[in-house]
Amino acid sequence: MPDLGPMDATLAAARPQAVAALLRHFRDLDLAEEAFQEACLRALRNWPKNGPPRDATAWLIMVGRNAAIDAVRRRSKLTELPPEDTISDREDAEPGLVDRLDQADYRDDMLRLLFVCCHPDLPVAQQIAMALRIVSGLSVKQIARAFLVSETAMEQRIGRAKARIARAGVSFETPGPPERAARLAAVAAMIYLLFNEGYTDPDPRSERSSLCGEAIRLARLMLRMFPTDPEMMGLLALMLLQHSRLLARFDALGMPILLEEQDRLHWNGALIAEALAMIDKAIRHRRPGPYQIQAAIAALHARAQRPEDTDWAQIEQLYSALERRTPSPVVTLNRAVAVAKLHGPEAALVLIAPLTEPLASYFYFHGVRGALLEQVGRFGEARDAFGRAIALANTPAEAAHIRQNLDRLEREVAAQKNSAGDVGPR
Amino acid sequence: MLYTVLCYHDEDITAAWSREEEAAVVDQLIAVHDKWGGTFRPVVRLMPTNTATSVRKSGTLVTDGPFAETKEQLLGIYVIEVADLEEALAVARDLGRANPTANYEVRPVMALVPDAGLAGAS
Repeated sequence: MPDLGPMDATLAAARPQAVAALLRHFRDLDLAEEAFQEACLRALRNWPKNGPPRDATAWLIMVGRNAAIDAVRRRSKLTELPPEDTISDREDAEPGLVDRLDQADYRDDMLRLLFVCCHPDLPVAQQIAMALRIVSGLSVKQIARAFLVSETAMEQRIGRAKARIARAGVSFETPGPPERAARLAAVAAMIYLLFNEGYTDPDPRSERSSLCGEAIRLARLMLRMFPTDPEMMGLLALMLLQHSRLLARFDALGMPILLEEQDRLHWNGALIAEALAMIDKAIRHRRPGPYQIQAAIAALHARAQRPEDTDWAQIEQLYSALERRTPSPVVTLNRAVAVAKLHGPEAALVLIAPLTEPLASYFYFHGVRGALLEQVGRFGEARDAFGRAIALANTPAEAAHIRQNLDRLEREVAAQKNSAGDVGPR
Repeated sequence: MLYTVLCYHDEDITAAWSREEEAAVVDQLIAVHDKWGGTFRPVVRLMPTNTATSVRKSGTLVTDGPFAETKEQLLGIYVIEVADLEEALAVARDLGRANPTANYEVRPVMALVPDAGLAGAS
């Protein structure tokens, strides 16, 4: 985000709720966005003169709505317009709308706005781009930079997404409980995808890396609307814990540093404390779900002052719980890492043997398998596994990291040959 | 005399502060703390309202979220040292039973300066 003055910060903070309410009113994304833009322009003119309104969001919604209606009228040249100042004064004095905008309306408006962005018809990349453009209000240029594509390409991507949404049609009825739950789950998934998009960037100041902060902001917003949803608490806690390691996860050259080798003094204590408080709250509901379980695992890492203090037994149990709930070879792979710590590399190798086929093209599988094979002294197979991992690496940094493992392996092999030589000729 | 000074702000805005902006504000605050020296007793910063749980109706109703009503005024603050949220809520329930028309909000606190530690908190 660019440098924001206090007033710009107020406008940015009001944006999601205001656009969400305007979308309900106009049932058209472009019109809702235009109305909000216009309201912001009027706020920039009006607020320094008359002082900021008590409820900035309600003001922006009212003014945006009326401005858009005026614009439509102007286009159709039906009525003569009163001067702008009269409009603003009248709008600001209208108390009725503020009453109608109670929490329940806001909440379903917000959910709808986010749900529109993660419509199941949209590919993931379009969902995230839409959320950043429509909900967070990032410019197309900023989003393009975050996704490392050209501005034109991003413009087209967002245009296609909007067209698809218009074709698909979204219900503007107040959702029932099952539909609300389904929308919440879809929104949570999209927010986490957004977070992961930013997570791999080693530069904490890059546009791409700022996506993590944006995802956290959206989760906080959702939680304020749905304060009793334990999975949303779990998701926020999970992201806070992962984000707390931002400054410890990469070295000066942008190479990823493994959890065990990170300098834990560089973890962000405030984010960890907030996350642990969120998990405490979520657990009270006794409705565990995948985000809560993953957050609980991340919390066990965060609680360990040194790597050797990590409670691997409990981590292994939590991965088992996650495996039962959402079976996936990737979860099993993660459990295998805990099993290796608890029962040794042999046990972990047995556990991951059936994963060879489903994870054949998964970078981390070959990295983990290589390390386990190395530990049990099966150097030739370890070398092959590392080689496959390098071929599958998603970033140059990942490849470089495995190459380091490979170098260490070669040194080990060489050392063993030498010590074998020391025994003397038979 | 003992007084409390309560700080109010818009969470959306403070949450959007960058690390540098936050550090700049904290530095300025610390300069004020230094100036007033021993005047300052415990200084605590509340975590975001997302972390709050409220106890209402003489301690019988526990809800997620802050106690955000405008017709009541803030009467008092306890800083308590407990093992976990459950224990904190047990304290709040007892207080609610003792003062049945009041409402209590339970929110974790942290040090004003991150990682600087807080007297009494582990």
